[in-house]
Amino acid sequence: MKAIVCVKQVPDTSGKVAVNPDGTLNRASMETITNPDDLNAVEAALKLKDETGCKVVVITMGPPPAEGMLRELLARGADEAVLVSAREFGGSDTFATSQILAAAVKKVGLEDDDIVFCGRQAIDGDTAQVGSQIAEKLGVPQISYAADIKKEGNTVTVKRMLEDGYMTIQAKTPCLLTCIKELNAPRYMSLSGIMDCYAKPVAVYEYNPLQDDPLIDPPTIGLRGSPTNIFKSFTPPQKGKGKMLEGADKATCETLAAELLKKHII
Amino acid sequence: MDFQLTREQQLVRQMMRDFTENEVKPIAAETDKTSTYPRDTIEKLFDIGVMGMIVPEQYGGAGADDTCSAIAIEELSKQCASTGDILATHNGLCCGPIMANGTEEQKQKYLRMLTKGHKVGAFALTEPDAGSDAAKGTCVAELQGDHYVLNGSKIFITNGYVADVFVVFAMTDRSKGTKGISAFIVESSFPGFSVGKHEEKLGLHGSPTAEIVFTDCIVPKENLLGAEGKGFKIAMQTLDGGRIGIAAQALGIAEGAMEESIKFAKTREQFGRPIAKFQNTQFVFADMHVAIEAARLLTYKAAAVKASGARFTLEAATAKLFASEAAMKITTKAVQIHGGYGYTKDYPVERMMRDAKITEIYEGTSEIQRVVISGNILGK
Amino acid sequence: MAEFNNTNLADFSGVWVFCEQRQGKLQPTVLELMSEGRKLADDMGVELCGLLLGKDVDGMAKELGAYGADKVYIADSPLLETYTTDAYAKVICDTVMEKKPEIMLIAATNIGRDLGPRCAARLHTGLTADCTHLDVDVEKYAAFLKEASTLPEAQIDALDRSDRNLKMTRPAFGGHLMATIICPRFRPQMATVRPGVLKKSEYDEAKANAVVVEKLSISLSEADIETKVLEVVKEAKELVDLTGAEVVVSVGRGISKDVETGIKLAEELASEFGGVVGGSRAAIDSGWLTADHQVGQTGKTVHPKLYIALGISGAIQHKAGMQDSECIIAVNKADGAPIFDVADYGICGDLFKVVPMMIDAIKAAKAAK
Repeated sequence: MKAIVCVKQVPDTSGKVAVNPDGTLNRASMETITNPDDLNAVEAALKLKDETGCKVVVITMGPPPAEGMLRELLARGADEAVLVSAREFGGSDTFATSQILAAAVKKVGLEDDDIVFCGRQAIDGDTAQVGSQIAEKLGVPQISYAADIKKEGNTVTVKRMLEDGYMTIQAKTPCLLTCIKELNAPRYMSLSGIMDCYAKPVAVYEYNPLQDDPLIDPPTIGLRGSPTNIFKSFTPPQKGKGKMLEGADKATCETLAAELLKKHII
Repeated sequence: MDFQLTREQQLVRQMMRDFTENEVKPIAAETDKTSTYPRDTIEKLFDIGVMGMIVPEQYGGAGADDTCSAIAIEELSKQCASTGDILATHNGLCCGPIMANGTEEQKQKYLRMLTKGHKVGAFALTEPDAGSDAAKGTCVAELQGDHYVLNGSKIFITNGYVADVFVVFAMTDRSKGTKGISAFIVESSFPGFSVGKHEEKLGLHGSPTAEIVFTDCIVPKENLLGAEGKGFKIAMQTLDGGRIGIAAQALGIAEGAMEESIKFAKTREQFGRPIAKFQNTQFVFADMHVAIEAARLLTYKAAAVKASGARFTLEAATAKLFASEAAMKITTKAVQIHGGYGYTKDYPVERMMRDAKITEIYEGTSEIQRVVISGNILGK
Repeated sequence: MAEFNNTNLADFSGVWVFCEQRQGKLQPTVLELMSEGRKLADDMGVELCGLLLGKDVDGMAKELGAYGADKVYIADSPLLETYTTDAYAKVICDTVMEKKPEIMLIAATNIGRDLGPRCAARLHTGLTADCTHLDVDVEKYAAFLKEASTLPEAQIDALDRSDRNLKMTRPAFGGHLMATIICPRFRPQMATVRPGVLKKSEYDEAKANAVVVEKLSISLSEADIETKVLEVVKEAKELVDLTGAEVVVSVGRGISKDVETGIKLAEELASEFGGVVGGSRAAIDSGWLTADHQVGQTGKTVHPKLYIALGISGAIQHKAGMQDSECIIAVNKADGAPIFDVADYGICGDLFKVVPMMIDAIKAAKAAK
């Protein structure tokens, strides 16, 4: 039994965000982090490991430095890691990414009682698409927005959040779950995890080890295989500066109320 | 020569930053205000193996090096010097001497308690009339059959009213001065052990400081740490190690104060521009940076020398002296940069300034560090 | 590659809107999509169709018509009463492969964002998530860019006027960038659209009466559904309807000193306007408010008549979710806070002192009116 977790390294958009003059993101100048929702996915897998002793394998697609993130996840308690990295995979949109990650999951080996965990969405694109698309490519059921997960035998019961409530859904393994913040609180790396993480295996899947998979076809991966293309990217203009009111006292608030009255807001 | 942290040390820093940001920063002001021991935080630090991280794996630790421990103390102290202090004491002053001097049985039992067992450790040397001058100690241990009987009291004991395991120094032969001092591992559950006065302090309000009292306290013979009469040597060795921890704590406090000041100086506008735009402020930051950088290099160097197994007394004293005085200067400047706000509890810099002061005093005052340093340079 | 997509792009025609319903109730955001779909269909000179799945949902067709649908395809089955990814994806993909629409719009609700990618993957086409602006007509797109971008005019004027791709614009990287995405080689061009962003048109009685309903004959059995819904629970607690609110009072890190009082003040202030309370990411991450209160890039986008930001510094993620509000008031201790850059009225001060005075002043102003 395995818990396979797909993770992504993302620029930390919560801090300073640098934009190049041409309107693209200056990734080089930004700190990278493990995508926050993916940490919830890793935690869900590690909880399953705590309960069942299953193996936890983390997979990411990205440039070679993404190995650093994988080591961190190994230090949190994952057992093995896979870095999917090849020039051919560059420029993939969500569709093409899911082709490649699904092929990688198959190469790791998806067995009957395995679960694939993904984060709901990544903070760089906020698409929430790759998880569902991997599930489709693997031909397994998906449950997204998981806020609670229970596994008994081959049955997984999940509390799936909706905007106005939730559903309780059951599926048989193998299946894919996308995880949200409410699911759990990700654990920290442990000291012994840090001391051990460089001794754990990190496999690198380049193009060759995956190319025999029918999903890995030049017209369906990378920039060329991506159905969507960026037509334009641009920065929005800043709204003009408003008015700072004098002071912060009773008179200030009365001035404000008068303005709101004038604007028919009151 | 390599000034890069190892990849493990880098991960420790990253993890501790993460931990401090999420677990320590949000409660630091409250911990100080209410003088509360941050029990949950310490439990979590046990969970992830930071408490007792330097203990070898076979005794329940992670086998981290001294630099990792210094980094952990530094990162915690950026937001809460009290939490840094509790860790520094536990790792450096309790796990440290047991690792270095304990028998296999003592290590198996006590190091495991101090790691996997979630038991907090402490170090009890100082007495009312014997601070840096340990030979004046009046706490005595008398061998009676299969146990020692301890009588006397120790003051200013960090972790005093929360610790379960104490490394205690007592006179087994008063006629021999420092050569008559022996070290013991004492559990708070031993009969005759009690906690006295809880100290009210200028700073480090979250760090539980207390007097501990031995009244015919029964300590099994096998809890003698090292040989009889070796206590003073053990204490001095331990303090050398502990000073690296205090240097790291002071470094963290200084860094925290500088970060707060940068944030403030960039947003605080006076005379139509952020105060960070005034050269007068800029120069203060330049000086802060230089001092912090130097303190960090001295601290990590001391840790690296210790890890190499070489004598590190001089390096530890140098780092501790420099880092603690830098922390005091920097936190004072940080309050100044904050102006009136800095004097209020709305900003953390006044707490940092109060916390910084102790680093110039405990585990050997700045004056004692100068004695140690000059003694090492000039010879006795 | 799905076979149907190997065929000629010109075989695809029409704009479709997936009409999400829950427990027999149409999701209100569907009407926003229908209104927008109408404009796109008119620009292209094609039909606008709704795709409605459920059990006994015929009654919704009229309303869909009123907001623009020429035709509503209805798949009626007990197996479609409650949403499951498997059943819905199968029926939608089968129908799309048969009828070949050119554009397919789905509301970016939790359900839409579960369904959309599954369908796009099966149909072998592109999907653009969480769009905030859609255009086919290049003139209109150019006008949008002139308004909403900092691109040089020459670049906008150089756009190919004959381009007929759906230009799907969405925020990226936490709102720091906007990206317009196209799907030139595959059909349908699919987009999920963020609720609350597009404007609903007026109810049109004549259109409502003219709507054509076509029942789909579908092939769907229990065996197609691998997930079993054990229960659907409407959360007992009132979830905040941030997107529909006319007034939103949000709190941020600035209330950390006394969270309880901070939230209470925000509630009192909001109640003066009949508004609701929201929060910045910091307020949600700290656990002061639940996730449904979050305004910003990762939360809800709001454009109320009045937005009041209390103790919110105005990180760009937050601004992305509220800067289009008609009137913005910000109270913050730091006079350099970026929130003041988008505020119509800024007060630099301690919210715990300012807000009670503000409430009094508003009460007084109301009384004097």
